[in-house]
Amino acid sequence: MANGLRVIVHEDNTTPMAVVNVLYDVGARDEDPAQTGFAHLFEHLMFGGSVNIPEYDEPLQMAGGENNAYTTNDLTNYYVELPAENLETAFWLESDRMLSLAFSEKSLDVQRKVVCEEFKEHYINKPYGDVWHKMRELAYSRHPYRWMTIGKELSHIEDAKLDDVKAFFFRHYRPVNAILSVAGKVTTAQVKALAEKWFGDIPSGEKYVRNLPVEPAQTAPHLLEISNKVPLDALYKTYHIYPRKDQRYYTADLISDILSGGGSSRLHQALVKEKKLFSYIDCAHFGSLDAGLLSIEGKLVKGVKMKDAEKGIQEELEKLQQQIIPERELQKVKNRVESMLAFEDMGLLSRANNLAYYELMGDAGFMNKEFEHYERVTTADIHQEAQTIFSEKNSNTIHYYAGN
Amino acid sequence: MIDRSQAPAIKDAVEFEVLLKPYELFRLDNGIPVYVIRSEEQETLQLELVFPAGSWFETGSLVAASTNFLMKNGSSKHSALEINEMAEYYGAYLNRNCFHENATFTLHCLTKHTADLLPILQEVIQDPVFPEEELAIYTQNMKQKLAVNLQKCEFVANRHIDKYLFGEFHPYGRVSSMEAFDALQAESLRAFYKKHYTYNNCKIFLAGNLPADMIPLLNRYFGSTNWNGENHMLRPELPILPAEERKFRIFNDENGVQGAVRIARPFPNRYHPDFPKMLVLNTIFGGYFGSRLMSNIREEKGYTYGIHSQMYNFRQASAINIQTEAGRDVCEATVAEIYKELELLQKEIISEEELSLVRNFMIGSILGDLDGAFQVIQRWKNLILNDLDEHYFYNNIRTIKTITAEELQQLAKQYYNREDFYELIVI
Repeated sequence: MANGLRVIVHEDNTTPMAVVNVLYDVGARDEDPAQTGFAHLFEHLMFGGSVNIPEYDEPLQMAGGENNAYTTNDLTNYYVELPAENLETAFWLESDRMLSLAFSEKSLDVQRKVVCEEFKEHYINKPYGDVWHKMRELAYSRHPYRWMTIGKELSHIEDAKLDDVKAFFFRHYRPVNAILSVAGKVTTAQVKALAEKWFGDIPSGEKYVRNLPVEPAQTAPHLLEISNKVPLDALYKTYHIYPRKDQRYYTADLISDILSGGGSSRLHQALVKEKKLFSYIDCAHFGSLDAGLLSIEGKLVKGVKMKDAEKGIQEELEKLQQQIIPERELQKVKNRVESMLAFEDMGLLSRANNLAYYELMGDAGFMNKEFEHYERVTTADIHQEAQTIFSEKNSNTIHYYAGN
Repeated sequence: MIDRSQAPAIKDAVEFEVLLKPYELFRLDNGIPVYVIRSEEQETLQLELVFPAGSWFETGSLVAASTNFLMKNGSSKHSALEINEMAEYYGAYLNRNCFHENATFTLHCLTKHTADLLPILQEVIQDPVFPEEELAIYTQNMKQKLAVNLQKCEFVANRHIDKYLFGEFHPYGRVSSMEAFDALQAESLRAFYKKHYTYNNCKIFLAGNLPADMIPLLNRYFGSTNWNGENHMLRPELPILPAEERKFRIFNDENGVQGAVRIARPFPNRYHPDFPKMLVLNTIFGGYFGSRLMSNIREEKGYTYGIHSQMYNFRQASAINIQTEAGRDVCEATVAEIYKELELLQKEIISEEELSLVRNFMIGSILGDLDGAFQVIQRWKNLILNDLDEHYFYNNIRTIKTITAEELQQLAKQYYNREDFYELIVI
């Protein structure tokens, strides 16, 4: 559109529903290190009413709709699902909150408290709840991925001022930084008309140019030891991988599946079933747009020593570095991805989310090419990347001890 | 310029006709019923086998859940690793779940791999051997998981509230324990398996894009023999023994920064005529984002990240359960506000505006839930397993569309009395 808003339409006449998804190109990585947690706090404020509509939820529920949102370190995504006949209600609501929020001290005060309770519920009042805060700080020295989406500390949220909040809104939540995707029983002509009607007159805003510090290559291993009131010793390791659009990201993704995608995966079989070092072990990665982390976390079987548990993991990683994996094993993890993508495609909501997400990466059409990136990965790629990723100097380790 | 303060016209969701797409029913040669909802859009399929093998039927604690879990961990022909390997090679997900009444096995896969996966599923269902080694690993790992969970106030609160409502000897109130894990024996799992996972106890629910020869395939693997023999299962009537005392405060972690609050009372099961009506009152009270509890306790006071009221729908009995995690210093205030909101619904009649909003929200939500074959078969499964049919579904829809504010106030007076509720805070 003229104001820079990008609009994607996905027609699907097999459903009576429609999804309206608004993705804002702002996440926790765009925050000031002294004011973290703002993007997520905003997600909450965006439900506190907008300039012309005092209540967001009520009119939507009246139209039979449901909605929610999520914030990550990369982006913020709002979505509405409602009967397609009431599509316009979603346009009205979403466009008004893009126009401007109804900023008030009262709304800010309540949402500060709510977010603090969310922080406590998930990161303070749970065994091991603090570990990913500490891991991010250990692994990143410069990039803003060094704090969690929820924020670095409670005080950043508690001290948020209305003026800071307003400035953050007008910097980031503008048409030029947003992608609208509409899916379901809709037509392109209908969406075009509604988009012009409701979003057309919103001032474009200034394109926010992201200029984030690049995380320098890690040159020495990092280790942190914690003792806390938890019942079991736990071990956490992370390794830097590549940005989302790099072909090596796909290789790393498949490596994480080889290590822990399902009951027949290597870590589970070797360390839980055969050597009985861990009662639980998992390998995943952050899937972030800038260079992310691949993580391995496990709870030790009572009585097992930390160094034996760590050696167990190390041996599995070395196998990947030393031996080429069988073709069949690579095919297995590729089949897993193919199937996962197919199941993801079944939901209207996830299709709408994904279209906006791939557009953020450069082109909504990438969505249909995603599997090709995985198909291209060879056993030699796995072998080579395992050597780079799992190099000792690229590792961050937390020994989490069960103290009293 | 458009007038943005003016909402666009809407079609009331109550005017939508909600239709439950009918299933096709097949019977395998040995009589197993197969309920099917087809859709051609995707190349995916979901196949679920259901057995009356939930905790209701166990004689020892955790036997039902452990049997269900370990069936996948070794057959007479293949190890746990080989079974996982065979299923995972095709990108399939083979999950099992055990509930109070039923236990299930679910296969999710790409349609093109169905024929390769059915033999594995057959082995898991018809030929598990429960190796001692697998049981030992399972027991150890589950005990460790329990130790971690016992540090969470919400987990501890959930266990206690179920005990108060149903009694700790009833399957609805019974909880796991280290001792119960230690007491598990491979022999009793085998016996439980033999008795409950029989062909004549089996129902199959199938949805998605089916290969053309799906029914012959099912017949070949599940319909051609009377596997595990015939079982005539009796459903024992178990007594519910609720706690006498109603008010509890428990300290699980002296340094906890939040408390888990539970306010709950028993309620008749889904066959009671008030049950569908209560679903509406419960939604208003605490069943959606705009509910009374959320508006007051989260959006007005900021005591919590979320608060919900839920209707259990177990087969024998149900319950109303209000749950939240709130700041440690505001837990008591939260309890007081919950009672205040309960009483408000007894004293003041609900406005037409609020009622109409909830009607629309509920219908819209059902409409969204019926989107796709996997969801539709889920609805049918819930009806069929509870010996209900589409009349029950349509009656619920009618209740949502027609219940009056007076009826809701009457229900509140009957079921929202403070003295009938158990009250628990776990810090």
